[in-house]
Amino acid sequence: MMTRSFFGFSKPCFEYELLTDTLPVPEEIATPATVTLLLPEALEKLDSGLIKIGDKVKTGQKLVLHEESGACVISSVTGTISSITPFIGDFSKIFTAIAIDVDQEEIIDQQFKDLYQEPTLETLKNFFSFVPGAPPLKALCDSANPPKSIIIYGGDTDLLISTNLYYVKADINAIKAGIKILKQTTGIENIILAMPGESLQGYGHLGASVKNVSAVYPFGSPNLIMQKILKQVVPAGKDPMDLGICFIRAEAVAAIGNAFTNGCLPVNKILTLVDKTGKQKLMSVRIGTPLKEIFNHYNINLNDRDRLIIGGPMTGSAVYSEDFPVQPDTDAVMVQDAADISHTSDYPCINCGDCIRICPAKIQVSMLVRLLEAELYEEAADEYDLMSCIDCGLCSYVCVAKIPVFQYIRLAKYELAKAALEEAENQEQEEETNE
Amino acid sequence: MNSQKKFIVSHAPFQHNGSSIEQRSYNIILATLPAILLGLFHYGAPALGVICLSISSAIFWELAMNRISKRPITIGDGNSAMVGIIFAMLLPATTPWWAVITGTFVAIVIGKEIFGGIGSNAFNPAALSVLILILSWKNLFDFDQALLNYNFDFVAVYPLGALKHFGVDAIDTFNILDLFLGRQIGGIGSTFGLGLILGGGYLILRGFIRWEIPLSFLLGISITALLFNISEPARFVGPGFHLFTGYTLIGAFFLATEDSSSPVNTLPMLLYGLGGGIMTVLIRNIGVYIDGVLYAILVMNMVSPLLDKIRPKAIGKVV
Repeated sequence: MMTRSFFGFSKPCFEYELLTDTLPVPEEIATPATVTLLLPEALEKLDSGLIKIGDKVKTGQKLVLHEESGACVISSVTGTISSITPFIGDFSKIFTAIAIDVDQEEIIDQQFKDLYQEPTLETLKNFFSFVPGAPPLKALCDSANPPKSIIIYGGDTDLLISTNLYYVKADINAIKAGIKILKQTTGIENIILAMPGESLQGYGHLGASVKNVSAVYPFGSPNLIMQKILKQVVPAGKDPMDLGICFIRAEAVAAIGNAFTNGCLPVNKILTLVDKTGKQKLMSVRIGTPLKEIFNHYNINLNDRDRLIIGGPMTGSAVYSEDFPVQPDTDAVMVQDAADISHTSDYPCINCGDCIRICPAKIQVSMLVRLLEAELYEEAADEYDLMSCIDCGLCSYVCVAKIPVFQYIRLAKYELAKAALEEAENQEQEEETNE
Repeated sequence: MNSQKKFIVSHAPFQHNGSSIEQRSYNIILATLPAILLGLFHYGAPALGVICLSISSAIFWELAMNRISKRPITIGDGNSAMVGIIFAMLLPATTPWWAVITGTFVAIVIGKEIFGGIGSNAFNPAALSVLILILSWKNLFDFDQALLNYNFDFVAVYPLGALKHFGVDAIDTFNILDLFLGRQIGGIGSTFGLGLILGGGYLILRGFIRWEIPLSFLLGISITALLFNISEPARFVGPGFHLFTGYTLIGAFFLATEDSSSPVNTLPMLLYGLGGGIMTVLIRNIGVYIDGVLYAILVMNMVSPLLDKIRPKAIGKVV
């Protein structure tokens, strides 16, 4: 699809989707017979009685496991809960999968309708963590470290995807309304809309300052956007939120805008499908729809040894089942034919330096990967800038020895985070015993 | 969530630019061909024999090492063939068979495999091997003697030897254009300046070698030779002669650029090349050896990891 040019003298240069020619119309995909919603909380005991198998739920109804927990899902359909099971996602992220059998007749839940006319931060926090675009409400409502500015990125964070950009191009009024709500509820005045590409026309009335960022991958990464438009460098190991900058997807802003205009929570997710030939299709589906339904709709046939990817080609994650549901942050689904899959190898680094020359964070990837292969994660972070990595995946893309560099980096970051967590817990315990 | 279909699950990114070690090796082999073809034209069948034996024995040694160390067979990546062909380019056409086999043994086993194979060698295997052969059998690389039985239509004296032994006056018989077009004696594939530059240029354009290294290496040679020449023209010859004789061009394009033993950051690459160039001329002009390229490259190989410590600051690094 995208291979090395004959002249390797120049660096590869990829651009994000810009939708400059024609605006695609998302195709509506019929509501499936069953949807699965992934609630980001561990399923321990279903003793709270808040939800149980056999419960009737309405479209837009908020479902929680426990009264006091912040995690919730918004039912995207009207129907009956058919199963509640534990589910483990990427990097051992724990979820509870709630499957709902869909009824014929759709009833809209009234809970949000009673509240929408007076938008408050509380309402945002209560109802919007599961709307399309998955707004980072935890960060937005963090009273200990309240954000100073909000940056809305109007492009998509990976190649070949045009989900967020579609909202900016097609539903700018919803974004405008969303910006207004965000200002009203959070009190943050400084809202910036960062747009990839050159053209900034037609965004003057939004109530946010509009800034231009490069359309070249990976300049849509939060850290690089901050560097470009705020002239602020995010220190290694920190994220923009530590500096008081909250990043939010255009899609989430549009969802907020729409919800507070119509009084009902959006339950449809726009996503880009990249098929085996690399062709893109935009569609609108209920959140929780199994991917299988999408493939049936488009007559895409998946075989053994194909690859099914949630997200884009550079940073997505491969899943093992067609039953995997569409989530609020699923911007794209990509399928690859078995013949097109490039495999990694167990060759050592040959020190060609291609990764170093392409790294946007100027990391000595060739040295870093040697340490990571030996599981020397602490040393990698101290000496070879592991934490400066912005997770773009370009190093793996160009690696001549086909080392899974990006995988090593993600694993190392995961292990370090885990170790830090354990250390903090140990310290806490020690303090308790000392007392 | 059980599915009958078995998908391939792996980590992002899900695309690759298609580059590979094989592609690199075989393109470097391709780039050596112009220089080698002229060598074959000059030296005929013996040269072909040396090249074939060198490549095949290099592959054999790697295969043997793979087997002995119970590692996956890696000869398919073309790296040992590449080392073999570059090693053969440095040899005189009449090198005896045992010397070729010993040489590839040193290059592949001692130069590469005992360090852990591709990517782990501290020194350029071919350069290391030639130097060990020179140390062991000093007459092997006496080109005048080795090519005694050939009749050439150009001056059949090894130019650098003539310069070393008889001084600047002795090299009046050489003209730069002849040297550039390979009308001089020397290694099988190391005398044809034009061919080496074509091959090197091809590799630079395709991105298989990094332009900083050959360019700074040649620049280092030119500047140092020029300074020597200006200071004492009667004793030291100008840069043109140094550029097109001995192992200069093959060193610049094929030896110094070897991935594993050269630095990867911009400034270190320039320093590495410059250092190699300067040292080459120092050895040739005031050292005891006839040609300094191989020594210079090995010394620079040695400091390459140190040079690579000069690196840009990563984004967000707080120190």
